[in-house]
Amino acid sequence: MGKLYKFLKYFFITFWAVFVVAPFLWALTTSFKDFNSVNGGATYIPWVDFEPKLEGWRVLIKSPANGGVDIIEPYFNSLFVTCTASLISIVLGTLSAYALSRFTFKAGFVKNNDITFFFISQRIMPPIVLSIPFFLFLGAINLLDSLIGLIVVYIVLLMPIAVWIMVDFFNKVPREIDETALIDGCNPYQAFFKVVLPNSIPGLIVAGMFCIIFGWIDFFFAFILTFTEVQLLPVKIVALNSSITPWWSLSASALVSVAPLIIVAFIVERYLSKGNLSGAIK
Amino acid sequence: MNLVAENLSYKPDEQFHLNEVSFNFEKGNIYTILGRTLSGKTTLLKTIAGLLTPDTGAMQFEDKDFLKVPVWERNIAMVYQQFINYPHLNVFENVAFPLKQRKVDDQLISDEVTKSLKSVGLEGYETRKIQELSGGQQQRVSLARSLVKNAKILLLDEPLVNLDYKLREQLREEFKNIFSQGLSENSIVVFSTTDPREAMEINGEVIVLDEGKVLQVGPAKEIFENPKTLKVAEISNDPPMNILKASIETNKIKFEEIEVELPNHLSNLKEKNFNLGIRASDIKLSDSGFEFEVELAEISGSETLLHLKRGNSRIIVSIEEVLNFNIHDKVKISFNISKIYAFNENGVLSSSPFGGSYV
Repeated sequence: MGKLYKFLKYFFITFWAVFVVAPFLWALTTSFKDFNSVNGGATYIPWVDFEPKLEGWRVLIKSPANGGVDIIEPYFNSLFVTCTASLISIVLGTLSAYALSRFTFKAGFVKNNDITFFFISQRIMPPIVLSIPFFLFLGAINLLDSLIGLIVVYIVLLMPIAVWIMVDFFNKVPREIDETALIDGCNPYQAFFKVVLPNSIPGLIVAGMFCIIFGWIDFFFAFILTFTEVQLLPVKIVALNSSITPWWSLSASALVSVAPLIIVAFIVERYLSKGNLSGAIK
Repeated sequence: MNLVAENLSYKPDEQFHLNEVSFNFEKGNIYTILGRTLSGKTTLLKTIAGLLTPDTGAMQFEDKDFLKVPVWERNIAMVYQQFINYPHLNVFENVAFPLKQRKVDDQLISDEVTKSLKSVGLEGYETRKIQELSGGQQQRVSLARSLVKNAKILLLDEPLVNLDYKLREQLREEFKNIFSQGLSENSIVVFSTTDPREAMEINGEVIVLDEGKVLQVGPAKEIFENPKTLKVAEISNDPPMNILKASIETNKIKFEEIEVELPNHLSNLKEKNFNLGIRASDIKLSDSGFEFEVELAEISGSETLLHLKRGNSRIIVSIEEVLNFNIHDKVKISFNISKIYAFNENGVLSSSPFGGSYV
């Protein structure tokens, strides 16, 4: 029984790992190929099956005038928009999550849980529903096709994630810790910054990572709300997907675009498993 | 200069958490709040701390309206029944936290923290992480943190309840030492507990609390000897005092077809029918006694608690040795009649072996 279970477990893990990793390996090898290696049938192992070339990667940084695709500007646009929006979302989201977790709000039938649900409901709506209002809104304040406008939109998309994760996290931090801080002479702000926040770092990291992931992969709003001035990486990469761009540079750009997410995934994985508060309360 | 409260009431939902609670706590004394779980002990301590604002009532301390002083300016210390420390700080930093908050000089902080950790027996643990300590040690850290402040009011909310038996005994001794030597004339200690023995051992002024209401206030000895009502008798004894419906007929007490002699202290009882109260420890096994049926026998430590039944009455007897009984065994017991309490039909003490009466 035990042995069979162990075998099945590792069998499925291996199967799944191959299933997930294979496309990446394929993209990785392709990015080092040239015309002959791609069109001469399936080849897998560099130096054995084909001679690796760096042409696919060089194209990425060349300007279009020199036959390149220039993803550097969209790349930094994407980094800037994602990081700024994530940071603002985390700051605002953490503050509102703390308030929702610790204080009782009441406005008619609207209570804490309803407010929390309101935040989450922003994510339940299909994005297409929001696209027209966002378009009109950004148009009205002259922020269409600008980085600031995208940041504003992304804050709306990312803050619910931050609120949702942090409310849950703060609910698990015992209230008695705040109370002890108050008793020990902290005013409520000091209690939050000196005691609650330092104990919420795992939660902050997880929330931050989720914001970065969702911000980074968004194609829809980046596509709808920008035209010529600004371009984000997902839009740029989709635009590359044509017969003109060779496969090797397409593979290279795909790998470059998922690289930040892979780094983020490793960090999240470490903190998701230890996001607990043992020792605060037994 | 005392901590005086008048008619504190707190009713966040259907039930009173505090119901017209008044007290007058003097400096240099220890007060024990005795009550079962959910009796309002924690609510009362949190109200004194300022973490809760009562719906009605007033509280004065050092000529100030205490309810208007925010928590962080009250100069109090509190130890919770859960072991609350700051998980991101080590032992030294935890104890130093309240002093740092007061912007005390670093050298002085270091001296005070060392002194405080020494008084709870944790010297040498300064750089340990909180998570690495056992439950008892964590509780001692929070005790050290509350002692280091030299607070004018020290609140201890069932500080021993989450510890295992041995640690509890040990820490209780330490508490007694700390109370007897460390406390200045200027501080008030309020200790809450569900355990009557703890209340008696600490031997301060006891406040018996039930459903948010103060039932009786007095020295521990007085509460033990002359409980004001049946409820107090129940709360202040462990196991609870046995209560039996009894009547007096021509110099005999009758209950469950048992007749015992009328003890002297009950001779001028006015009513015929009353509630007879007797402690589990005042009933003995005796061959010449009355027959009861065993419902349950619990062995706890070195004593045996026998749950007995006769007719409609159930009683608990504690025997100072470990004995084995089977369910439905018949045992014979005798009552120490000089230790019988009488409560009238409203549950108020009408006569006690120690001469008290509230009728």
